[in-house]
Amino acid sequence: MTNDNFEPTIIGFTCNWCSYRAADMAGTARMKYSPNVRLIRLMCSGRLDPTFVFKAFANGADAVLITGCHPGDCHYVEQNYKALRRYVLLKRVLAQMGIEPERIKLLWASAAEGAIFAAEINKYVEEVRALGPLNWGKPGNGSKPIVPDEAKESRTEVPA
Amino acid sequence: MTANGNKPKFAMYWAASCGGCEIAVLNIHEKILDVDANFDVVFWPVAMDAKYKDVEAMEDGSILLTLFNGGIRNDENEHLAKLLRRKTKILVAFGSCACEGCIPGLANLSPVGEIVQTAFNTISTDNPHGIYPRTSYDVPEGELHIPKLAPILRPLDQVVDVDYYMPGCPPESHQIAAVVDLVIKVVKGEAELPPKGCVIGVGDSTVCDECPRARNVKTIREFKRIQDVAPVDPTLCLLEQGIPCNGPATRSGCNSRCPNVGAQCIGCYGPAEGVLDYGARLISAFASVVDAKEPEEIEKILDGIPDPVGQVYRFSLPGSLLKANRNAWLKEKA
Ligand code: FES
Repeated sequence: MTNDNFEPTIIGFTCNWCSYRAADMAGTARMKYSPNVRLIRLMCSGRLDPTFVFKAFANGADAVLITGCHPGDCHYVEQNYKALRRYVLLKRVLAQMGIEPERIKLLWASAAEGAIFAAEINKYVEEVRALGPLNWGKPGNGSKPIVPDEAKESRTEVPA
Repeated sequence: MTANGNKPKFAMYWAASCGGCEIAVLNIHEKILDVDANFDVVFWPVAMDAKYKDVEAMEDGSILLTLFNGGIRNDENEHLAKLLRRKTKILVAFGSCACEGCIPGLANLSPVGEIVQTAFNTISTDNPHGIYPRTSYDVPEGELHIPKLAPILRPLDQVVDVDYYMPGCPPESHQIAAVVDLVIKVVKGEAELPPKGCVIGVGDSTVCDECPRARNVKTIREFKRIQDVAPVDPTLCLLEQGIPCNGPATRSGCNSRCPNVGAQCIGCYGPAEGVLDYGARLISAFASVVDAKEPEEIEKILDGIPDPVGQVYRFSLPGSLLKANRNAWLKEKA
């Protein structure tokens, strides 16, 4: 379901100490990268509650990107390993819900890796574009469930 | 159960459910006599004969209390949910099915066509002529209708406004008795109702908090089915023995019934206070006991949970943030 006009919405969770700084570095160095990823800063990848991911998908995200410090580099010792374990289980649950495993991605990026971060984002946006929109459904209130396409129309885009 | 104009009216209805909630209500023993003494039971299909048209003829808001159990799976369920909402002052989503979908809600993993196929045409079904139910059928006496399945099962509050939630599969009888007592006191003007939207007949923390088993914050190298653990340590936390126990995400109120007798909590009391998505909380809980750092190792340990959705959403899939498998949504369009 490739669609060249389709602009995916990707929610990206970043860690304050590494990937957020990597994104910042990419910005200050004026590297261009796709605007499709909406970054949300957390203090650490270990703060990533799987609820955030479900909420992102249920509310119209086409993919979710989770980023954190490289293994061994987490500022809260081992929390990025916890994030990794959650990610593995989360992916299995999402697969059973019919969400392709490619719609969620874990990326380690240090504060110095601005260029890598930007390149990875660009690559990922293209991968998600190739997957096509997710358009998660909504139960509707009272009558029939709202089917995925209508759900998209009932959403309002919040400008960045 | 005779009609009496002065007593407040009581109704109970079952939608997509198993009937266990009705048994649980009867299980309050002699307290059921208090229900009869204080209420005029006007509609309760499992216990007495009444027609839908009798309910339709009632004045709006004339039933004081309706315990609604079961999820909304077909158009008959939906019709009754809306009808009883109109006729009722206090509508309680009663039991796990009405609160969050429960076991019938796991069918939200499959499109409705597949569900019908499984029910009418698999090896365990004797259906040599491939007969499938039709929603309408002509007989000499006229046209017969049976309810049409909805694409997904919805908890009661995704269809109508709900006043209170009373979870459990089924709700524990002592909790039902306490709620019955409270409503009777309210009717007599001796007590006040809790704020609308409250979860009633429950504790305010998690099953783990009620569980007497010892927790040592131990991690595990393997998840196992409880029947493969021999012997199960009677005093140690089940999760720390590698048995996926849903206690950390589940609301208290049952006095940790299952762990007390050596079985893992499966989560029938639904999400604990403040938990938006039950499965998400359990994913975090299970991930934090896994003792591994390498992706391959983690994968291997998690293979011990062969059906993750069945494990983390056994009672709460339709009430979760995602609600149903994507195919179930998509097939609805066709
Ligand atoms: S501080 Fe960056 S992942 Fe923990």
